Amino acid sequence: MIGFSSKIMLKSKKGEFKRRVQPRIKELKFSLSRIKKSPLSLIGLSLILLFASVALLAPIIAPPKYPYEPYRIPRSGYSATPQPPSYQHPFGTTQGQYDIYYGVIWGTRTAFRIGFMVVGSILVIGIILGSISGYYGGLVDEIIMRIVDTFMSIPTLVLAMALVTALGHNLDSVMKALIIVGWPSYARLIRGDILSVREETYVEAARAIGCSDLSIIFKHVLPNAIYPLLIMASLDVGAMVLTAAALSFLGLGAPIGYADWGQMISFARNWIVGPPSNPLAYWYTVVIPGLFILFFVLGWNLLGDAFRDILDPKIRRR
Amino acid sequence: MLLDVQDLKTNFYTYEGVVKALDGISLKIKEGDTLGLVGETGCGKSVTSLSIIRLILPPGKIEEGKVIFNLGENSKSKGKYVDLLKQTEAFVREVRGDKISMIFQEPSSALNPVYTAGEQICESFLLHRKEELCQEAVEDIRKDVERSRFFYRNIYQIEKKFCQWMLRAPHSFWLKFLSSFPLIGKYKRRIKAEATKKTIQILKRMGIPNPEQVVHRYPHELSGGMQQRVVIAMALACNPKLLIADEPTSNLDVTIQAQILDLIREIKGKLGSSILFITHDLGVVAEMCNYVAVMYAGNICEIAPVKELFKNPLHPYTIALMKSLPEPGRKRLESIKGNVPNLINPPPGCRFHPRCSKAMEICSKEKPKTVKVGKEHFVACHIYT
Repeated sequence: MIGFSSKIMLKSKKGEFKRRVQPRIKELKFSLSRIKKSPLSLIGLSLILLFASVALLAPIIAPPKYPYEPYRIPRSGYSATPQPPSYQHPFGTTQGQYDIYYGVIWGTRTAFRIGFMVVGSILVIGIILGSISGYYGGLVDEIIMRIVDTFMSIPTLVLAMALVTALGHNLDSVMKALIIVGWPSYARLIRGDILSVREETYVEAARAIGCSDLSIIFKHVLPNAIYPLLIMASLDVGAMVLTAAALSFLGLGAPIGYADWGQMISFARNWIVGPPSNPLAYWYTVVIPGLFILFFVLGWNLLGDAFRDILDPKIRRR
Repeated sequence: MLLDVQDLKTNFYTYEGVVKALDGISLKIKEGDTLGLVGETGCGKSVTSLSIIRLILPPGKIEEGKVIFNLGENSKSKGKYVDLLKQTEAFVREVRGDKISMIFQEPSSALNPVYTAGEQICESFLLHRKEELCQEAVEDIRKDVERSRFFYRNIYQIEKKFCQWMLRAPHSFWLKFLSSFPLIGKYKRRIKAEATKKTIQILKRMGIPNPEQVVHRYPHELSGGMQQRVVIAMALACNPKLLIADEPTSNLDVTIQAQILDLIREIKGKLGSSILFITHDLGVVAEMCNYVAVMYAGNICEIAPVKELFKNPLHPYTIALMKSLPEPGRKRLESIKGNVPNLINPPPGCRFHPRCSKAMEICSKEKPKTVKVGKEHFVACHIYT
């Protein structure tokens, strides 16, 4: 008898769980159907998923030669001339006999790391400073925005180069430099949106039911102002990887031999055009890492639109 | 006396100069009364209401005056009557939404587009009725504990502990810190569920068909009338003693207007709250209010019981306003000549005198005092002094 009743209990428990989860599943399905409707965001999503799985499976599809330094690209010899794709080196080797296949696979991890770390920190800094500045206004606003102006008046790449040179020659300093260079535009963007949202009646209504400033900023103002920022962030994951690649190409990024797409292209600098008899002889040195960067950035750009369709409730149900 | 506004002055410091939006407003609202505040656009009706709950934002500033509010018997340490303008921001925040709440003009913009209707109504419960909700949650958990087995029982016990902790010390730092972890913070969901239950009840009272579904709708999925009902539900969630309705029907269809007015009247009867009803529509005033205050350019010209005012308007502005109402048998509507004065440089003396047909010499020199002309009938005009 007891067993029987407990079985009923369990069943009702499960029923309750199902009831609670069902609306979420429904919403998720709806989100997926939104993505399915626009083929471009579907392409973007599948590109990013592909890259994500490559990054996750990197130790399996490209087993590291030096287990304690997986990011170090193995090299077979020291000859400068790149070698075309072969059985041992599926994508060939680049200048200095670094294996391109290994470089691009592990470079995917580097790319994700740069993209997420940089954009994540930029988002946090930008949102905090931008919302303080936008919501309170006055002197605080003035000070923060003048700092932003100062940062924005220096060309991005030049400032990033100067910072990397000052901070030291490694990937961490590249990320730090990109964060320092990137946050001002985020702070400014969110400030502008908050300025317009804080005048809305629903903010006044929230104040009229007795919300505190903090909860008004985080619960009522930010959720309405953050979409442009999120879209910009998803576009910037690609853009930041691109800038990091540019720095690497200029010789200011990762240390030599580190798996990084920018570095791979930087190796190919002297081999973009082959000998006059066969100008495309070394195409693989440029094209393969180049395609990886291209598709990665393209994927994030396409995904930016998909994010907007999913996240913004005003557009979502249209 | 529920609300006693004395000599309220609010200025806005703009680039062009100081806008003297309110120039010494005095109002009284008794418990259970509905006071209509009538006037043209820009005469300071909304500023009055916002000043009462201290929601004037810079560049605006409340210069002087008193807003004395009756908190009722269960007020802590502050006494029964408090001057809201002298209290701390935190105290006023507790009063807002709990004791005094507000219905906004435009329902579509008074609702936050990223939250469902239910979440927005829940918010005022969560802000002001946390103790009650906690108690109910504890009650609920007790029932769950009784009919559950060992494993779940322990989880429920933890939830219960947290709810009781919340009751004991709602602002404890450790409580907030711990509940930000995913599983421990589960008790919050309980409290929210209790709030949702209450929300459904209140939506039902608003005459919304199947409130269980409307709770999960976003504002843009609701019609104008429904949105306004949700806004009213938000304002009425905590049974406020004073409801400020800032033109609650001016953007709605006529049929829905009537429904909303009926609803407000009905709910007022049930809850016994007082209403400060702001409108420019004298017809609505006649239907809804038992007292009327007529405002012109930051001044109150005349206060009277509704019937008295319509039968026997005394202030020249009120008379002119009545004449501009369409009425059967009236061939031409009369308009008041001239424009509303610029409040940066308001006319000296009585602010209405440049447009007044009965203006005398003294009108441009001295500001008229408010005089009692009948039982509960007050006029601010030199003719009657």
